[in-house]
Amino acid sequence: MESKILKFENFSAGYGNLLVLKNINLEIFEKKITAIMGPSGCGKTTLIRCINRMHELNKEAFHKGDIFLNDKSIFEMNPVFLRRKIGMVFQKPNPFPHLSIYENVLAGYIINGIKLKREEKDKIVEDCLKKVALWEEVKDKLYLKGTQLSGGQQQRLCIARSLALNPEIILLDEPTSSLDPKSTVEIENLLEKLKDNVTIIIVTHNISQASRIADYVAFLYLGELIEYGKSEKIFTAPENPKTEEYLSGKFG
Amino acid sequence: MSFEKIYKRIIAIGGVLIIGLLLSIFITLFINSSISIKKFGFSFLINKTWDPVFENFGAFPFIVGTLLTSIISLIISIPFSLSVSLFIGEYYKDTIFSKIFETFIEILAVIPSVVFGLWGLFYLAPIVRNLQIKFSLPPTGVSVFTASLVLSIMIIPYTISVGKEVIKLIPTDLKEAAFSFGATHYEVIKKIILPYAKSGIIAGFLLSFGRAIGETMAVTMVIGNVNTIPRSIFLPGNTIASVIANEFLEAITKIHISALIELALILFVITFILNLIANNIIKKVV
Ligand SMILES: Nc1ncnc2c1ncn2[C@@H]1O[C@H](COP(=O)(O)OP(=O)(O)OP(=O)(O)O)[C@@H](O)[C@H]1O
Ligand SMILES: [Mg+2]
Repeated sequence: MESKILKFENFSAGYGNLLVLKNINLEIFEKKITAIMGPSGCGKTTLIRCINRMHELNKEAFHKGDIFLNDKSIFEMNPVFLRRKIGMVFQKPNPFPHLSIYENVLAGYIINGIKLKREEKDKIVEDCLKKVALWEEVKDKLYLKGTQLSGGQQQRLCIARSLALNPEIILLDEPTSSLDPKSTVEIENLLEKLKDNVTIIIVTHNISQASRIADYVAFLYLGELIEYGKSEKIFTAPENPKTEEYLSGKFG
Repeated sequence: MSFEKIYKRIIAIGGVLIIGLLLSIFITLFINSSISIKKFGFSFLINKTWDPVFENFGAFPFIVGTLLTSIISLIISIPFSLSVSLFIGEYYKDTIFSKIFETFIEILAVIPSVVFGLWGLFYLAPIVRNLQIKFSLPPTGVSVFTASLVLSIMIIPYTISVGKEVIKLIPTDLKEAAFSFGATHYEVIKKIILPYAKSGIIAGFLLSFGRAIGETMAVTMVIGNVNTIPRSIFLPGNTIASVIANEFLEAITKIHISALIELALILFVITFILNLIANNIIKKVV
């Protein structure tokens, strides 16, 4: 049976007076791709930002209930260590503009002040860039600034960067929404390969993308988790009429 | 002619006028200092004597005085202006707190420099006098160091106004990415914000430096007006700007006046170049 890595228990969260996530109960399976879907403003970004406790960086933010990573409450962990275990990829590719491609892959180490030997660095850079299928394209120009790559390459660099600290989970918030179709397909293929080693949670508006890559789909509506299950099930026979409406493009 | 055409023409005329003005200032300074330039040549820059009686003029003591005061004031002001820039541009960004702070800093920038000079004389000079007594130096109160202290406060708003803007410009995305690696706020500042904002911050320092070099009134009031190279920063001295202000009204001989104008020319060229560099850096960042 598939094991569970992450568990939301009666979890609610919001900003100031606004309750965004309402009593979420959800279990995420290890080394699977879970897609978070739902109409704009339903709380997808908020949900994944709670997983690595980025949510609480917002001064207005609050939460109730609990999230467990491998049966341990994330709110009892040191956020710094938690975040190192969980990689994050953002909607717009955001390599650090003052760092080279090489340094961008190592950014997690650089920022945390972790010293590495030259050979270790070379190995991590090569491994991570190979994992995101970028190595062949950039191996001769690792000294270039990360921002000098194309949008799709930048996003793969950002994924490589998030892999470098060997995370257990990677969170991706609409990672392909600013990319062209070809780069999008590349990233999708990449995620399918990555899931052998890491749990992937991806927010996406793109229904066909979710149906192509997701093993599980969680459907949020107005902050409630109204449907969750294997993606074949959700895409062929959704239980909730709202899910069906969304998938047929009636709103979103 | 359409409105737009007239508008464009007015702007063009304005631009030409300003360039013309700059050029004419330069030319006037150049012509009026020609006696001194002809007589002393290059040695004007390295001659350590400034003696109106024997009509022997060298700018070196004032070049030293100018560099000393502006560099010391920059060093004193950097920790303050950097932390206030981070405070306003990052930690308390867009809060009422930093709005109030910004207003105070803007006020600091428009206080007339004679007010700073007076404050330096009455408040800082006695403090410096105590230091001088400790070091068994003549207790003049006024000195290169006193001038540097006054300057350091006067230039703070210039560094901050540029510094906080470039710090504010850093995309939230990048900071979030750093946080998502488990960085603390301090690490985000050290590894992301400062490297990213570096050139902008340096440009702010250059602007302040230019301002410190040219500042006249306040410095003249507290530097002590001595025309030799100061052996210690706790002794009186003079800057290029302060010696001009101090002697111009008393200068009678043609060569004395001409030498003072040559000092002005040097000041003009230095500050012009500094501003050019700083503005170029800022343009690249923003
Ligand atoms: N920093 C914030 N402060 C206050 N309210 C916020 C903040 N961020 C998001 N919200 C609110 O929380 C709700 C959920 O936002 P969230 O970004 O999680 O939605 P989303 O599902 O990711 O939407 P989208 O598909 O448009 O990205 C929205 O009503 C939004 O206005
Ligand atoms: Mg979102």
